[in-house]
Amino acid sequence: MAAVTQDTAVSTGRFTRALIYLTLLLFALFYLLPLYVMGVNSLKPLSEITGGNMMALPSQWTLDPWRSAWSTAQIGVEPTGLKPYFLNSILMVVPAVAISTIVGALNGYVLTKWRFRGDTWVFGLMLFSCFIPFQIVLIPMAVVLGKLGLAGTVTGLILVHVVYGIGFTTLYFRNYYASFPTELVRAAMIDGAGFFRIFWRILLPVSGPIAVVSVIWQFTNIWNDFLFGVSFGGTSQPMTVALNNLVQSSTGVKEYNVHFAGAILAALPTLFVYIGRYFVRGLMAGSVKG
Amino acid sequence: MANEVDFRTRLQDWLPKLVLAPSFAVTLLFVYGFILFTIVLSFTGSKMLPKFTWVGFENYHKLFALPAWHTAIVNIAIFATLYIVICTLIGLMLAIFLDQKIRGEGVLRPIYLYPMALSFIVTGTAWKWFLDPGIGLERIMHQWGWESFSFTWIKDGEMALYTIVIAAVWQTSGFVMAMFLAGLRGIDNEILKAAQIDGASNWQLYRRIVIPLLRPAFLSAFVILSHLAIKSYDLVIALTGGGPGRATEMPATFMYSYTFTRNQMGIGASSAVIMLMTIAAIMVPYLYAELKEKK
Repeated sequence: MAAVTQDTAVSTGRFTRALIYLTLLLFALFYLLPLYVMGVNSLKPLSEITGGNMMALPSQWTLDPWRSAWSTAQIGVEPTGLKPYFLNSILMVVPAVAISTIVGALNGYVLTKWRFRGDTWVFGLMLFSCFIPFQIVLIPMAVVLGKLGLAGTVTGLILVHVVYGIGFTTLYFRNYYASFPTELVRAAMIDGAGFFRIFWRILLPVSGPIAVVSVIWQFTNIWNDFLFGVSFGGTSQPMTVALNNLVQSSTGVKEYNVHFAGAILAALPTLFVYIGRYFVRGLMAGSVKG
Repeated sequence: MANEVDFRTRLQDWLPKLVLAPSFAVTLLFVYGFILFTIVLSFTGSKMLPKFTWVGFENYHKLFALPAWHTAIVNIAIFATLYIVICTLIGLMLAIFLDQKIRGEGVLRPIYLYPMALSFIVTGTAWKWFLDPGIGLERIMHQWGWESFSFTWIKDGEMALYTIVIAAVWQTSGFVMAMFLAGLRGIDNEILKAAQIDGASNWQLYRRIVIPLLRPAFLSAFVILSHLAIKSYDLVIALTGGGPGRATEMPATFMYSYTFTRNQMGIGASSAVIMLMTIAAIMVPYLYAELKEKK
């Protein structure tokens, strides 16, 4: 992308260039390796893993491990497959991402366009909360969720993820809105526009790019979370916890092919969002040009 | 009428603070209130449930006398050092290489970055079985004809920690690359050209000019990586479960097991306090500097 506009001043010889390409390719293989291993082995019968070579392509292709991982595999004590947990994760992620992003946008708006004495302190305190080791809040959170009757519910997990997510979303929107010309906001104020009207009409229409960043960040973080899920999930455990239970289960034969299929299922939504990021970026670039 | 206008302007004055207030209140309660609660707990004799019998520093004395905590601290020190150094080196190298007008950069970048989108549980599952001597790498090599090849780190108490380093580096080094690449692309090329005219070699160019200019990227990488390292709970659970035996115990796994499965909540709380203090020592100066700059 930037290579078009910019020339690297460094010039390199042919041998060095070959070496650079070789290194880059080797690393690409290193990063792709686990994905290949998961993909290939999720399409094999178990006997081809235990009796064959993990790197080999399946000699007998099968979708059974996927079916099993999705709907019949033993998770904990129930043979439910990962399906119900996948739904738990969706039910948890969508509201948590939406709420934390909206709240973050409003906070960022206040912290940049309606500044007040001590606002940097308020922001600083919220920002530090992004970086605490969550172990420090596990015990009181368990107590509070219990008192609220939210322990082991999806609602409880939504609450937890919103609470520990707004620091990040506020950070994103604050930094983004900081570069938005405050004069425009002033002018609108003089014209008599109120707090929400300015937000709705002036800030929100330009918030697309940062909203995408915030949603992707929150989505991947919350979908991938394990610590809160395992601590407070109870009977509403998210996908990550279920996958771990599936893989670590000590009873019966280890069905590696099912584990791999399950791992890909757990990874698909975030991979999709991740690939989608470039897709969205492309769209944005297109709309700016048009 | 005048009153109503007055009320409306007053409301407009207060509205921004009212909008921010719930978030701030939630942060005060759920972050700082909870931190305080855990600190208080760490000075009590809580076992299975919180109870408020004051025991002073007893939990901390017990904590530092526990061999498991010792293992956890040594492990996190080794893990964090290797993880941060290797991620930084790989990330920097890949970024510099990718910055050489590489064909196919658009294909390579997402390949390097995608592991960051995965959950540590997925990463752990993939590497756990790939490194398993029975079905993974060792067996693959044997079947490819390298009969003497041996790779049993994941089953070996001495070496299992390094498998966590491998998986963690796999997951985040591409992200570090992206941070350095952004830094490299922000460097003014005129400076580099001037240095080249003065006869600087490529090696000198990078060592003397480019790398010093990347200071901010180094700092952010360090902060993010150390923060990820100390929080590392998921990956350990998925990859080794803290084993074999206790060999890969980390502060995060220690805290969880002492608090929730061994019913030693007081000791668990004190270990969480130590973790918080370690992270705060790194994060607070960094955040303070960042906020002061931007003010």
